[in-house]
Amino acid sequence: MTATAPGGQAAPVNPGGEVLRCEHISKSYGVVTALTDVNLRLARGEVLGLIGDNGAGKSTLLKILCGFQPPTSGRIILEGKPVVLKSVDQARSLGIDAVYQDLALVNQLTVFQNMFLNREKVRWPLVRNQAMRKEAREHLDEMGVHIPSVNVPVAQLSGGQRQAVAVARSVFSDPKILLLDEPLAAMGVKEGAIILDLITRLKREGNVSIIIIAHNYAHVLEVCDRINLIQGGQITLDKRTDETSAEELTDLVVAEYRRALEERQRSA
Amino acid sequence: MSDTAERSIGKAGAPQRGPTGTGDALLRVLRALGRQREATVFIIAVALFLYFLIKGGSSFTSKPNQVTLWSDQVAPYAIIALGEVFLLICGEIDLSVGFVVGFAPYLMHYLIDFWGFPGLLGIFFALLVGLVVGAVNGFFTVTVRVPSFITTLGTGFILLGLINTTSHDQPAPIPASVLGIGKWINNYAFAPIIWAVVLTVLFHIVLTRTRWGLHTVSVGGNLLGAREAGIHVNRIKYGNFMITGLLGSLVGLQQTYYTNNITPTAGSYQWMFYAVTAAVIGGTAMLGGTGTVIGAFFGAVVLGILLDGFPLIGVSADPLNIIFGGAILVSMVANVQLTRLRERGQS
Repeated sequence: MTATAPGGQAAPVNPGGEVLRCEHISKSYGVVTALTDVNLRLARGEVLGLIGDNGAGKSTLLKILCGFQPPTSGRIILEGKPVVLKSVDQARSLGIDAVYQDLALVNQLTVFQNMFLNREKVRWPLVRNQAMRKEAREHLDEMGVHIPSVNVPVAQLSGGQRQAVAVARSVFSDPKILLLDEPLAAMGVKEGAIILDLITRLKREGNVSIIIIAHNYAHVLEVCDRINLIQGGQITLDKRTDETSAEELTDLVVAEYRRALEERQRSA
Repeated sequence: MSDTAERSIGKAGAPQRGPTGTGDALLRVLRALGRQREATVFIIAVALFLYFLIKGGSSFTSKPNQVTLWSDQVAPYAIIALGEVFLLICGEIDLSVGFVVGFAPYLMHYLIDFWGFPGLLGIFFALLVGLVVGAVNGFFTVTVRVPSFITTLGTGFILLGLINTTSHDQPAPIPASVLGIGKWINNYAFAPIIWAVVLTVLFHIVLTRTRWGLHTVSVGGNLLGAREAGIHVNRIKYGNFMITGLLGSLVGLQQTYYTNNITPTAGSYQWMFYAVTAAVIGGTAMLGGTGTVIGAFFGAVVLGILLDGFPLIGVSADPLNIIFGGAILVSMVANVQLTRLRERGQS
């Protein structure tokens, strides 16, 4: 398959090793429909950019994929087997981990305590601080994340460092699929570079498939293999990054705004 | 460096060199207060102890007074404060615990004297009722989602009503079959403070070195984040309500043996108010996520020394509440300041 029209599907970068597929996923909250018939595929080692405007359904899809909430209908196929994700814990045990927009970091706890949050090393009844400190330090070094000390509360870190800690924490448990929700939100160029560098490194290692959920696509085009555009709860574009451009995505988003505007004017 | 400090403190009457002089000094003091919170409260406690030692002399150092000070004025508040610290850290509060203090001994009395329960079983149920009240508080707060301030206000009133109704406002003697066990709980004069110290050490370890403690901090610091990390948020809150209730029962039994009497007036808000005061003076924020067990203990010591010392040196105890109120405000300012410093990454 080559470049396709909006609504069609592009070939995954590694068609042999499909790690995740969503089939006909829909989600409604009472009368509000957040997602309609979403189909999505992710190949092993691939970085997929899931792009869309505010309220398009990106975060809803993320929450379904990480087990935080169930879909109203549709199914999720993980490595060829249909799975029902009942909880975040269960999704994590299946190898799906997420870094949320609010980071799920606890400001009052230190870097190493956050990295081991809810998977602390324990010699009952006490937690093993020394072992966790050492391992956190090694892990961060390995990933090229520079933090002054693993003993400082994360409240003292910059936005980029916090995001890097959150991503590093997720990679810790060796997930098959990593979901990143707005990893570059509210971040300057320098800070963002820390994260893009980290994603590039993960991609090079090729152990994990990544879905990046982003509102601003200019940044993520650089690291994504493929782009899915989500508009009004549906995936309207699926293309390899080298077959699309920021301009094309902008045009599609602008067209949507124009349609919405015309609808408003007509109904007024 | 001490130049500005000396000028503003030593020569209070001298003209100030601009507003920054005192501002800086105040900020520096607050910063120091915030940074080593336990140490600050410890120093205040020691200073107060020395002050009353000098002013009160033998009437302060006498054994009966030392027993009153440590076992009656410090220990009960220190013990209840342990539970409140955990609750405040995870973003909740228990206003009802003082009425568990009053109700638990009555339950023991009813079960043993009216229902023929064996003594130990009576004590067991007296402790259990604290856990049950905690679970009820947890149910309304966590499951039904009523703010804990309201939940525990309600359960507190219910318990008070239960005490007054079932006892017909009459005190009762300690049941004969459990008189002997009092020596484990309270008959040795300094038993309550030993309980308090041992429990403080235990709770400090739980807060800083166990998953339960870390998860309590996480729940108060970032509720959504804790949930997303897979922490059983509800279990943590239920548990901390139940622990606080259990501590209330324990203090209730201690008080019973201390006063050698079961009385309806033992149930009051005072236990909770002083315990929360101790926690706040000790450095626990009401905003969740931060708190210290050791600080709360020394907070209770400060409180107890003031309660005990003032009447002793012939000063009316009336202005005490002004001091407590002021101490709470100063502590909270220091807490807010500390949070700001943390956010600016200076501490």
